[in-house]
Amino acid sequence: MHLVQQILFILCAGISVYFFSKKVGEIRRNIKLGKDEDLTDNSGARWKNMVLMALGQQKMFKKPIPAFLHLAVYAGFIIINAEILEIFLDGILGVHRLFAPALGSLYAYLIGFFEILAVLVLLACVVFLIRRNVLKVKRLNQSELEGWPRNDANLILVTEVVLMSLFLMMNTADQVLQARGVEHYTLTEPFWISSNFTGMFAGLSDGTLIAIERGGWWLHIIGVFLFLNYLPYSKHLHIVLAFPNAYYTRLQPQGEMANMKEIQNEVLYMMQPELAPPSDGSQPAQQRFGAKDVMDLSWKNLLDAYSCTECGRCTSACPANATGKKLSPRKIMMDTRDRLEEVGKNINANKTFVDDGKSLVHDYITVEELRACTTCQACVEACPVGIEPLSIINQLRRYLVMEESNSPQEWNLMFSNVENNMAPWKFSPDERDKWAEEMAAEA
Amino acid sequence: MHIKSMAEYAANGETPEVLFWVGCAGSFDQRAQKITKAFSQILDKVGVKFAILGKEEMCTGDPARRSGNEFLFQMMAYNNIQTMNAYGVKKIVTACPHCFNVLKNEYPALGGDYEVIHHTTFLQQLINDGRIRLKEGGEFKGKKITYHDSCYLGRGNNIYEAPREVLQALDVELVEMKRCRTNGLCCGAGGAQMFKEEEAGTTRINFERSAEAIETGANIIAANCPFCTTMLTDGVKNKEKEDSVAVLDIAEMVARSLA
Repeated sequence: MHLVQQILFILCAGISVYFFSKKVGEIRRNIKLGKDEDLTDNSGARWKNMVLMALGQQKMFKKPIPAFLHLAVYAGFIIINAEILEIFLDGILGVHRLFAPALGSLYAYLIGFFEILAVLVLLACVVFLIRRNVLKVKRLNQSELEGWPRNDANLILVTEVVLMSLFLMMNTADQVLQARGVEHYTLTEPFWISSNFTGMFAGLSDGTLIAIERGGWWLHIIGVFLFLNYLPYSKHLHIVLAFPNAYYTRLQPQGEMANMKEIQNEVLYMMQPELAPPSDGSQPAQQRFGAKDVMDLSWKNLLDAYSCTECGRCTSACPANATGKKLSPRKIMMDTRDRLEEVGKNINANKTFVDDGKSLVHDYITVEELRACTTCQACVEACPVGIEPLSIINQLRRYLVMEESNSPQEWNLMFSNVENNMAPWKFSPDERDKWAEEMAAEA
Repeated sequence: MHIKSMAEYAANGETPEVLFWVGCAGSFDQRAQKITKAFSQILDKVGVKFAILGKEEMCTGDPARRSGNEFLFQMMAYNNIQTMNAYGVKKIVTACPHCFNVLKNEYPALGGDYEVIHHTTFLQQLINDGRIRLKEGGEFKGKKITYHDSCYLGRGNNIYEAPREVLQALDVELVEMKRCRTNGLCCGAGGAQMFKEEEAGTTRINFERSAEAIETGANIIAANCPFCTTMLTDGVKNKEKEDSVAVLDIAEMVARSLA
């Protein structure tokens, strides 16, 4: 019986790790479809960002209530996962509570601590479910979440509640079995939470309890394996990617827009032809200015997209969204990920990307959304994991204006004024210092 | 009062302490011209040796870059950097946070390396150094005033305190809006929105922001950006509060409070 369980466990673990690694490989490949961007500088500042932002959740605390609830789930997740190690080794070795004898009374403290965290996680997830579905907090109920994203969020929360309940149920049954001296159930000191519920199981037979304990154990670990494989398809991937994303987040002032070296050089060679490199007769490679599709974005933009957990703090801070415009920075990130996943599937099917007649701009993100951005950086500031929706918006705007000449008439006028009058309005450049002349006259 | 240009300084073989980058709004927009004049007055009064580029100044290219027209931005940047490098410009002060951001953060990559300072920071330094002397009990003393963080000074460059310190020096009663500092709400003009109609929505961004400012009960909305000033003034008018709520640049407030 134990051997069968052992083999089954190893099989489940193997399958789940295999599929997880495969999907992780695909995500890695997809992110690398993005353009190169060297973000290896200043590792000191980058580690600091990772520690403060990802590990320390610094930016989460701009909204204290969800921040504390999230902290409970996060701490619970990380710490209770230490228990997964024991479960995992028990499963492989066919033993029960491997660490209990070695740790002695400390073991019960540890499990008790895990149980307290489990209760906190459970409660926090229930509150999160209420916020989403009963209180209908605005940022958790906006139009871009309709359908799958909403179900994704609820599914994760329900799964966490179930996993935590199974963990507690398993421990309760275990302790009743321990007390009855059933073989195989290592005697430990009482666990802080589950020991209070042993009465509930007192009337049950040994067999039933073993079934509950084993069932709880199996469902818990299968739940963990399923969750592992669900993760890369879900917004919940942020639990992993928040760390690299915070590490690679921008260090320059938020106001600074990325330079386009290729255009800088083009202007330079136009103004000072003597600086242009001698032509070797070959045509320069066809280059696209700005971004039309996900492959035109930088790999960091794509990592951003996979790191987004759709919390909507960006969108709730966006002045355009707050005043009813179609722009939602969160949707920019969701669209980028959706399109990237679509491109990834295309590559899976065809070995290399075969043009599908679609692109990120137009098919996913509309011109109207892009036009509404004031570049105020509130979305960038709001993101707890250092995602930059503005960077994607800027690159798509560059494509629209420079490749499609797609800009509103007012902007075309502004461009022509800047070019001809050196100011965005139609004033004569000769009048630029008229105010100074007036001041001289006034005096 | 005669405001000298870089060309005049160069002709006399002199260099000014600082170049005052006026910007397009400060040069041409009637409302913003008042800010330009107020700031020049302060510099003149306290004896800062400053110059302007005059007719040689061009748009930094900010609205072109933010709307996506990188070519035009690079053209403007090239010309401005040529001009300033030819004069050997070292230090720039500007009353526009958009110009400030581009000059400070974006020109260095293109060969334009200057010490760039926003006028509110400059004013704060002049006050701290005792060069600006303010009236005891000036007209803003004890007045209820709210301060609007512009995006490109605040979030863009993390400057939140210098403008507030200037207001404190004026002895005002500073009341903060709900969304302030890193959470400050945009006035709606950035990203070249100033030069086009807003997309369809439920309200205008400047109406939303002005309403928030009015709700504080302040009689003056202090700003640090000519575009914010315009947007907020329009928003106040929309609420028909122009008789009780004024939108002023911090430089205008300092100019009126000089001893």
